[in-house]
Amino acid sequence: MPIQVLMPALSPTMEKGNLSKWLKKEGEAIKSGDVIAEIETDKATMEVEATDEGTLGKILIPEGSQDVAVNTPIATILADGESAADLGKPSAPAKQEKAAGSAPAAEAKAEAPASSREEKKSPSAPKAVAEPDPEVPEGTEMVTMTIREALRDAMAEEMRRDPDVFIMGEEVAEYQGAYKVSQGLLQEFGAKRVIDTPITEHGFAGIGVGAAMAGLKPIVEFMTFNFAMQAMDQIINSAAKTLYMSGGQMGCSIVFRGPNGAAARVAAQHSQDYSAWYSQVPGLKVVAPFSAADYKGLLKAAIRDPNPVIFLENEMLYGHSGEVPKLDDYVIPLGKARIVRTGGHVTIVSWSNGMSYALKAADELAKEGIEAEVIDLRTLRPMDTDTIVASVKKTGRAVTVEEGWQQNGVGAEIAARIMEHAFDYLDAPVARVSGKDVPMPYAANLEKLALPSVAEVVEAAKAVCYR
Amino acid sequence: MAAPKKSVAKESGQEKADGSHEPLEFTREQELTALRDMLLIRRFEEKAGQLYGMGAIGGFCHLYIGQEAIVVGMQMALKKGDQVITGYRDHGHMLACGMEAKGVMAELTGRHGGYSKGKGGSMHMFSKEKNFFGGHGIVGAQVSLGTGLAFANRYRGNDFVSLAYFGDGASNQGQVYESFNMAELWKLPVIYVIENNRYAMGTSVTRSSAQTDFSKRGISFNIPGEQVDGMDVRAVKAAGDKAVQWCREGKGPFILEMQTYRYRGHSMSDPAKYRTREEVDKVRHDQDPIEQVRNRLLAAKMSEQELKAIDAEVREIVNAAADFAQHDPEPDASELYTDIYR
Repeated sequence: MPIQVLMPALSPTMEKGNLSKWLKKEGEAIKSGDVIAEIETDKATMEVEATDEGTLGKILIPEGSQDVAVNTPIATILADGESAADLGKPSAPAKQEKAAGSAPAAEAKAEAPASSREEKKSPSAPKAVAEPDPEVPEGTEMVTMTIREALRDAMAEEMRRDPDVFIMGEEVAEYQGAYKVSQGLLQEFGAKRVIDTPITEHGFAGIGVGAAMAGLKPIVEFMTFNFAMQAMDQIINSAAKTLYMSGGQMGCSIVFRGPNGAAARVAAQHSQDYSAWYSQVPGLKVVAPFSAADYKGLLKAAIRDPNPVIFLENEMLYGHSGEVPKLDDYVIPLGKARIVRTGGHVTIVSWSNGMSYALKAADELAKEGIEAEVIDLRTLRPMDTDTIVASVKKTGRAVTVEEGWQQNGVGAEIAARIMEHAFDYLDAPVARVSGKDVPMPYAANLEKLALPSVAEVVEAAKAVCYR
Repeated sequence: MAAPKKSVAKESGQEKADGSHEPLEFTREQELTALRDMLLIRRFEEKAGQLYGMGAIGGFCHLYIGQEAIVVGMQMALKKGDQVITGYRDHGHMLACGMEAKGVMAELTGRHGGYSKGKGGSMHMFSKEKNFFGGHGIVGAQVSLGTGLAFANRYRGNDFVSLAYFGDGASNQGQVYESFNMAELWKLPVIYVIENNRYAMGTSVTRSSAQTDFSKRGISFNIPGEQVDGMDVRAVKAAGDKAVQWCREGKGPFILEMQTYRYRGHSMSDPAKYRTREEVDKVRHDQDPIEQVRNRLLAAKMSEQELKAIDAEVREIVNAAADFAQHDPEPDASELYTDIYR
């Protein structure tokens, strides 16, 4: 029975890739371990190894094909004694081929190949009908780029502008970034300013803070914020508090950035949202954007900010594209929320990947005649309370959406501020949609249950509208 | 109590392995500078202890008495622009860096005229002007931070050196070794000055450390290290000169284990029951860093009168500082919300 070769997933978040090259021809013999094809994602080019023996029967996806979805059959392998004539027969259970490539370090730590259910877990980012950001002049040309590229461009622009800006972290230089966010930076800026560190978060976070105290402007990349737990002491005790403890003499301009929150199928130690943790600390600024334009403009602002900034990215969003204004210097001030969708019935407040659920839910609600106003907080500290309160005064109802845990979460803080500043305007208690009060499970079904869902947001919005 | 195992300056300071000579003897001027600077720290700390007892200083207060030769000797090996960072036993380091006794004492009493406007206290003081980067309360944190200062020097391509002081206790923290690794990997100009005063709070080095020769703690990273008689300011200066030169020449980090002793408890609230009175008295009698200099000066025909004059001058500075620190106003309530962001 012929065996189907499927498009492999190279990372927990990969949804599709390009089949750049076939290295075996139809009719050629294949041994297990042979490299049969090369596939390419926006992060890397990887080799596909055969895991079965036989003959390459038929190539189903020709080389040069773009955007081949994970799990698509790309070829068939004939076992001994089978011939092309057998191809019509029902095939054996599909086998996903093993991707071998140049990603060992990241695999070991963060990117162990997983099956590709993640697209079901996280609603794909809907094309938000955004109100134009006030910072962008009318008629500005927009460029579509991925969030990964927006981040890279932001860093490159700031590094061109200021020789004191440099980036350090694990795999940021020669490997081009574990998630390919720093792609090309080494080539442009050299090893002096794009620095691979050993796997030693506590140490290099401290070195970054020390360099910042001496006046440099480091960008410290954590492969994920889960690993920044090792560096928590330097971030809180050294970076956040020194300005105060020195009576204003000595602070540090530093950005700690990297993916935060739930990835896909990587379980509890690699899937945690630190929004609430960092945003509790005076002395830190905390940014957690959603759109590509905001990723770019806010990272530029974060790098220029004279204070320590925690810049929480989301791995699930890296590959998502959005329009970014083509401006020489697109900088979005920290601390300003953005009304992404206007509506008069209920206010939904979220940030980062939580916006995926919020916007999808707003679409659903609109079908039922409920117009939601969706606020992307963008910066968690300082929090733009004014924008939230103004909206709630209009709608009288609010729902918060976050991937993190509910107890002492950012949603709890938002709800308290609404109570303090708009109590008399509320027509219903504020509802919170959040990650469940459990460590992130591995099993696909449980993981889905642990995260917030569009349905939960819709339900919460209807509840506060008494519908 | 074991005496310091060996003194690099005594054994190899005069005659180094390569046969070259390092001056061990101080000039009269150097002796006087060392004496005055060490006395200032000693009298300052005695006064701080007094003020603590009177309730004028709150919280934790870690005195440097007994260890004065280290910061004074090391400072003599530095040049303007070099950076210093240390842990919480930091009063001596600040005075050695040239920070004013008034500002340090007023910080201890939590007054507006303190170096941190009263917001940092004993363990958290800084002076950008004097290149003193704190004053850090978390054991070992200053080691990574000091390595970062050296990183900045290397990034900028200057020839400044950073001094990261820490104790035998901090030497067991993980981030120390993370820093050692990167410092040698990137050839950062940092001198790790380990002040081995034999007790991490109440735990003696033999009870806390598998390797009690701290100069060897960099071996697996190829960082050279030396044990130094930290009670002899001349030995400290000679070792400092050597380490500074190593760093300025771009050869990477250097470790100096300073063998020393603190006469007082870990902090003011420490009754120091983990060691005997005899042990303390013996060090005071046999090795006191200030007495060593005084005795040499007396032997060199300096009069008691002249020495007393130096002591009087130092006492005047310290008394003025204590007076200022007790009468300067507390920070204005509005300072509560300043200096969080800039």
